[in-house]
Amino acid sequence: MQPWKWYPFILLAVLGLLLPGAASSASAAEKTVVIGFTASRTGKLNVEGLRQINGVNLWIEQVNAAGGVKLADGTQVKFVAKDYDDESKKERVQELYTKLINTDKAVFLISPYSSGLTDAAAVIAQQYNKIMITVGAASDSTYKKGFTLVYQAYTPASRYLTGALDLLGIQAPAAKKVAIVHETDKFSSDVVNALKAYGESKGYQIALFEGYDSGAADFAPFINKIPADVDAVMGGGHYADTSTFAKQLFEKGAKAKMVALLVAPPEPKFAELGDAACGVIGASQWQPQAKYSPEAAKKAGLEWFGIPLADFVKNYQAKYQEEPSYHSAGGYVAGLVLEYAVKKSGSTDTAKVKEVLDEMNLLTFYGHLKFDNTPKTHGLQVGHEMVYTQWQKDQQGKLVNQVVWPEAAQTAKAILYFPR
Amino acid sequence: MLERLLASLTDGLLLGFVYGVAAMGLTLIWGVMTVINLAHGPVIALGMFATYLLFTHLGINPYLALAPVALFGLLLGFLIYGAAVHRVINAPHLSSLLATFAVNMILIGVGTAIFSTSPQNIDFPLGSLKIGFLTIPVTRLLATGGALLVTAALYLFLYATRTGKAVRAVANNRRAAELMGIPSSLVLALSFGLGTMLAAVAGGLIATFFPFTILSGGPYELKSFVICVLGGLGNPLGALLGGLVLGGLEGLVPAFMPVSWVPVVEFGLFVLVLLVRPRGLLGAK
Repeated sequence: MQPWKWYPFILLAVLGLLLPGAASSASAAEKTVVIGFTASRTGKLNVEGLRQINGVNLWIEQVNAAGGVKLADGTQVKFVAKDYDDESKKERVQELYTKLINTDKAVFLISPYSSGLTDAAAVIAQQYNKIMITVGAASDSTYKKGFTLVYQAYTPASRYLTGALDLLGIQAPAAKKVAIVHETDKFSSDVVNALKAYGESKGYQIALFEGYDSGAADFAPFINKIPADVDAVMGGGHYADTSTFAKQLFEKGAKAKMVALLVAPPEPKFAELGDAACGVIGASQWQPQAKYSPEAAKKAGLEWFGIPLADFVKNYQAKYQEEPSYHSAGGYVAGLVLEYAVKKSGSTDTAKVKEVLDEMNLLTFYGHLKFDNTPKTHGLQVGHEMVYTQWQKDQQGKLVNQVVWPEAAQTAKAILYFPR
Repeated sequence: MLERLLASLTDGLLLGFVYGVAAMGLTLIWGVMTVINLAHGPVIALGMFATYLLFTHLGINPYLALAPVALFGLLLGFLIYGAAVHRVINAPHLSSLLATFAVNMILIGVGTAIFSTSPQNIDFPLGSLKIGFLTIPVTRLLATGGALLVTAALYLFLYATRTGKAVRAVANNRRAAELMGIPSSLVLALSFGLGTMLAAVAGGLIATFFPFTILSGGPYELKSFVICVLGGLGNPLGALLGGLVLGGLEGLVPAFMPVSWVPVVEFGLFVLVLLVRPRGLLGAK
């Protein structure tokens, strides 16, 4: 063989020796961390699921645009999202999270939307020693299973609707009868069981307590069972069923001082129900009108982290041409919590990040965040509080979602009579 | 208690008429060509979306929109028949079952890609009618009227027209009908089209009072199977009666026990009918 025929091989060998060095010197300065999650892009949870993904993606875009997060060794960390559609199905979740960890090399995990799906995913996170921030997963029971790496960003289900009863007690002290009609999934059941116990402890008579299957479309049988003299109708489940329930309550001429439902009313899409939406109270993890700020953090003696609330709303609207809902804010804040923990620990190591999360106590645009770090209910959210909204008509007759509770966050007083 | 019972029964029966129309589509296809159409559910859902799109984009009254929706259902039926059913019509039942299941998956997949699975809602409030202690949403009353009209039209077609007679002849004995000069392939295609037309119309009627997604047709398809067996496979009038029985049960059962018992009672009755009167309440075709 002529000597020149060896040149390509020699060139390749030299490049082979040089390139890994070049790559490692680049990776010493910058590192990409994969954040894995499944998302309900299709299926019955897709309204809530898509907003959650929007929130996560906005956070990734912003944190990377700001240069990422600097670790203790000087490495600049940037984040990239890897997600799969779980089709809102529990059976898909475990397989996909295992894939995210083993194939896609996800370093941190964010939960799917809903307590049922998250419960399945949390097992995988714990098994593979990965930190998972849960959003859209309010059920308390997930955090009573001994997980040590699963952290909840939402107010737990046990405190989800109880504030609405406090509101009823203050604005309608004579109210006594409550009807609870709820979806029978894990999250909704946790919420209404806690609500029932709380209501009974406050002296309310639970006149109806009945569940419906996920995917129910005809609520007339339940509405017919609601006593005519009931003071409050509460419950619901997720967007699709709850919005249908609200619509049929209106069509069937149900009357009550209060109709307070889960998940659907805070969504801007709920206004599409028109008059049927008017007067409905919703429990929300967050509203754009909330008043969390660095000043409020200072006043409360808490550390402030992240962007101002107004910036989140503005940036979200600019990117997605819609108002953010609490599901969107939840997605963003899941990323923000990880950003805080990586920044403060100066590491992406699970143990070091966990140490920071266990002690974290801060205020963000989304509100107060603090995790329970006791073995019994590790990871349960103990800092964050719900806000309650009500669809009311403004002077032009346009539906507006007002914050009606707690008093400190009120943008309008609740009007206790349904239908409006 | 009596008031609650009557209110529940009324709601159930009104819904039962619409269930009946959906089931009539399924039973017609079975009666004429002994094909179990597993694409029935997505066609119901497409009927919902067609009505929704005509209402939201063209501003057509959803009840008037049912005419173009029916035409759409008919044409869709021809398409499904030609593409997936015609070649397997004489094959064992499993082949046509799998063919229509494939169409079901295709329609759901395409529908999900186009419409996503976000719930949609036809915002066309007509208020409620108060009759004594009964509060009946006008949308449900109109849907019942629509269901009765469709049933009457189907009966007129089947029993008062020459083409209807041909459909009945093919349902009765395809070979004999062919020997009498009836073009059975055309009749089969027409019957399949009529079946999907009824499904699409039922979807359009349901969309006027329930929010829906592309997956919403599934439960109505399942109900349609139960109704067909209750009323008698292949018997359109039986389907309407079966729909009323099912709707009535769905209204009455929750008045006495938790709603989770409804499927237990419904499917219990289903098994009972299969055991005691396998040809259904009005007998098969």
